Amino acid sequence: MKDLHTFLWPPAETARRHGPHDRIVMSSRVRLARNLRDFAFPGWAKKLERMKVLETVRPAVESLPEMKDSFSEGMDNFTVLDKQILVERHLISREHAAKSAGSGLVLNREESFCVMINEEDHLRMQALRPGFQIREAWTAIDRLDSALEKKLDYAFDAELGYLTACPTNLGTGIRVSAMLHLPGLVLSEQINPIIQSVNKLGLAVRGLYGEGTEALGNVFQVSNQMTLGESETIIVERLEKVMSQIIEHEENSQQTLLEKKPKVVFNHIGRAYGILANAHSISSKETMNLLSLMRLGVDLALFPGEERSLVDELFLTTQPAHLQKQFSDKLSAEERDIIRADMVRGRLKDVNRPFVKPPGAAN
Amino acid sequence: MLCSICNEKPATVHLTQIVGDKMQKLDLCEDCAKAKGVNDPAGFALADLMLGLGASQEIEQAVGGVETKCPRCGFAQADFKKSGRLGCPECYKTFAEGLAGMLKTMHKGTRHVGKVPEALRASREQSDRLKTLQKKLEKAVKAENYEEAARLRDEIREMSERPAPPRNLTR
Repeated sequence: MKDLHTFLWPPAETARRHGPHDRIVMSSRVRLARNLRDFAFPGWAKKLERMKVLETVRPAVESLPEMKDSFSEGMDNFTVLDKQILVERHLISREHAAKSAGSGLVLNREESFCVMINEEDHLRMQALRPGFQIREAWTAIDRLDSALEKKLDYAFDAELGYLTACPTNLGTGIRVSAMLHLPGLVLSEQINPIIQSVNKLGLAVRGLYGEGTEALGNVFQVSNQMTLGESETIIVERLEKVMSQIIEHEENSQQTLLEKKPKVVFNHIGRAYGILANAHSISSKETMNLLSLMRLGVDLALFPGEERSLVDELFLTTQPAHLQKQFSDKLSAEERDIIRADMVRGRLKDVNRPFVKPPGAAN
Repeated sequence: MLCSICNEKPATVHLTQIVGDKMQKLDLCEDCAKAKGVNDPAGFALADLMLGLGASQEIEQAVGGVETKCPRCGFAQADFKKSGRLGCPECYKTFAEGLAGMLKTMHKGTRHVGKVPEALRASREQSDRLKTLQKKLEKAVKAENYEEAARLRDEIREMSERPAPPRNLTR
């Protein structure tokens, strides 16, 4: 068995991946749901049947050129901690982390393709890209799917399209999503009307870890909900349009905040820095929310010489499972808060406090 | 031919039901047919009857109107209420009626538009073309354009006689 931790990219490397508009769009993802025609869906299949599906699907996925040298493992071979790390990396869903024997994961070397086997459907394949690249992600996963359909007998119906365990995914089985960092819209209290209008377009806005999670660190996931009656291209194009609009709104709101309420912005960022650089105990939730403000500070050039990757790396390494992996998995929540604070303080030791131009200074 | 329910008396009642483009056949003796209320068209669904075959206990329940179960995986409507997920691909046929209304409220449309596995693409295109031709034919007949109608009829006939595509659709 390959070691997951030598396989996964170090957080410092992941944080340094760049893509278009990555100031606001942290990552893009397109996921396709597929099932085999002759087997019950994972939630209803008996263990033996699930094993058979895994044995059929896994080699087929591994054999694809895109998945060369991939990490491929049954979910029963992961520790609880490792599964949680994969969730924190947004590589698998929480639901998949709860799976064991009969489910599997195939992740390619670049971490740009990740296939969950026997999650809710027999196959949940995803293409992941940094920044705003949903069209590229769709093209990539479309190609992977077309290669896979030659090896597997998909459940497809002329009328209903790709058949999925949950009728909400029926048809195209596509979920197009992006993670957006929207501190400007949150600070200017414009986020709720935006969420509402996005909802009206039939799109979902969720928190950092998908369904039923809160928007920690001002990070929101926008995705399509309807999968039947429209082509993949139409869905991708609509999301592209909507996300471009959200990006524009976020940029505008940051600009307006700076012009109209600079003190409010500087106050938030300065306090965030103050706490992160000096705290001796801090929860994961507070860390995320403050790191988000520091990220905004980097984007507004209040931390000259610092890069966004510093914050994005901490976003990852301060999460509970990552922290436990780095130190010890026998930490209590209180101990974790102390170690987290120590780590963040250490990391910000050489970061100067936010630089704010004195009033009246020329641009 | 013996009755498919009691397997004793000769079958005299032969039932055929077409759902979508799937045909189901059932052969019953007179007594069983009566017992299942076959002569009462309103209270009779062949699917219910077919599902009950094999286990006499279930047949009894079927008479009392037991809920539908997927013949392939045994999934029942009640299971869907619990989990919101279906049992297997076949369930979409089994529960087609109940699902139709739900899909309408859930999605943009009720017919798949978008990617089709390559192996099925040819046959899908053909069936789409056939449908358009048939519509054109109806129009032509209505307009009493018999020359055009004859041409369309020949085209349709030629298309239907072509060898079937390599893989059949799931329905």
